Amino acid sequence: MALPILAFVLVYLTSLIALFISSFWSVDPFTSEMTHVWNLDNYRELWHSSAYRTIAVRTIGIAAAVTIADAILAFPLAYFMARIAGGRSRALIFVAVLLPLWSSYLIRVYIWRLILAHDGVLNWTLGKAGLPAANIGYTNWAVWLIFTYMWLPFMILPVYAALERVPESFLEASRDLGAGAWITFRRVLLPLALPGLVAGSIFTFSLTLGDYITPLLAGGASSQFIGNVVDDNINNQLTPFAAAFATVPLVVMGVYLLIARRLGAFEAL
Amino acid sequence: MESRSTRIALTVWSALVLLFLWVPLALIMLYAFNKSSVESWPMPGFTTHWFHAAWTSEVRESLWLSVRVGLTATAIALVLGSMAAFGVARFRFFGRDTVSFLLVLPLALPGIVTGIALNSAFVVGNVALSTWTIVIGHATFCVVIVFNNVLARLRRSSPSLIEASYDLGADGWQTFRFVIWPVLSTALVAGGLLAFALSFDEVIVTTFTAGVQNTLPLLILGYIRLGQQLPVVNVIAFAMILLTAIPVLLAARLMRDTGVLRGGATH
Repeated sequence: MALPILAFVLVYLTSLIALFISSFWSVDPFTSEMTHVWNLDNYRELWHSSAYRTIAVRTIGIAAAVTIADAILAFPLAYFMARIAGGRSRALIFVAVLLPLWSSYLIRVYIWRLILAHDGVLNWTLGKAGLPAANIGYTNWAVWLIFTYMWLPFMILPVYAALERVPESFLEASRDLGAGAWITFRRVLLPLALPGLVAGSIFTFSLTLGDYITPLLAGGASSQFIGNVVDDNINNQLTPFAAAFATVPLVVMGVYLLIARRLGAFEAL
Repeated sequence: MESRSTRIALTVWSALVLLFLWVPLALIMLYAFNKSSVESWPMPGFTTHWFHAAWTSEVRESLWLSVRVGLTATAIALVLGSMAAFGVARFRFFGRDTVSFLLVLPLALPGIVTGIALNSAFVVGNVALSTWTIVIGHATFCVVIVFNNVLARLRRSSPSLIEASYDLGADGWQTFRFVIWPVLSTALVAGGLLAFALSFDEVIVTTFTAGVQNTLPLLILGYIRLGQQLPVVNVIAFAMILLTAIPVLLAARLMRDTGVLRGGATH
């Protein structure tokens, strides 16, 4: 019984390790064959090239910006679901949050391309309202907005779960002891909801970090993510360099998960 | 309780966030009826012409491939995932923690890492890319989904249930049929649905494990990148959004039945 699982884990693990090992090899520029000579050239190139550094910073920066935007959008809605909405409307909102999550990834990128296009819904609406056109289609703003849209449900659900577990008596106690709404939020509600927020941020951050389809379809000339460079290199048979660059999001995510565990996010998942 | 103005602000904010989530979906459903093949706004008129035009052999073939891949990967996942979950939940063995950690990797790692790792493994192992390599690629994360669902359910149910069943004279089959299956069935259905949905929608792992095969997402990706057949994409989007409503409503029901989502007010 354990055999197929073992085989499965082995195949997957061997591929991962082989990929990692290949990042220390190189490709002969004339024959396009991989040469199995150990070296750190790929990592050195990554470290010294300002172009790759810019791409890494852009990827991590947009992932962080998406996470912050999602937290701000999600928290009040999660609070509304957990503590204000009645049973029926809560179930309804639950479905309304889940459904976009289940609909096709590509379709959701595509519709935003149409909305943000020069002659799309956004500019039409702005025009009707007498505002100047916002030409953010095919820019980093578009990439940020679309990622924020895509991963928002992943933030709402764990924050909702965390808020639902906060006993009402804690908030009452805080008020009875003379705390105002802001202090109660800041000192009681937020710390208790923090594991949920961090759990959601694992999704929003890591999903953005590893993506390259949205920048490809909805970004501009300067919207390349780490994933795009990895993809390009694989297509040009430069697996070692692709493997080396792919370790960057992995290391970033590893550090992030360590911090998240200290903040208690895994109990909230 | 919140002050009145806070409640109003929260309600308005929540409504706006829900609008943000839903206006794009509503728009794409409208676009399916766009008379023009140029996707600008406002639309010049409405037609149902594209619904007929979208049913091309190309679309049919990739839809059928996606369904086959999804079902196969889900079937593999249901078997391997629940076996692994049983093993981790019920037995103590050497390397148990390692196994449960490794089984989360395909979800935790970005799709591109899984994709290029499997791709180079297939190249090195001289495995020709085919429908089966796509299935293997998808099975990596489908197994994890089922594993997590079943493991969570097993952890919440007491092993003494099974002992009690045996003590009361039930045989292995009866214990499975009347004790284990009722406990696990909803977890398997929920895990299977999610696994199928993820496989059906997967883009990145597929691009690296497919040869000449075009799953539905790969076909759509090609259309969008080249800006071709956009009316067909609109119709596919319309159909997919309607279709995804089914598993979501089902899952919501399951969650309510198993008490994950409490119906009544909790305060």
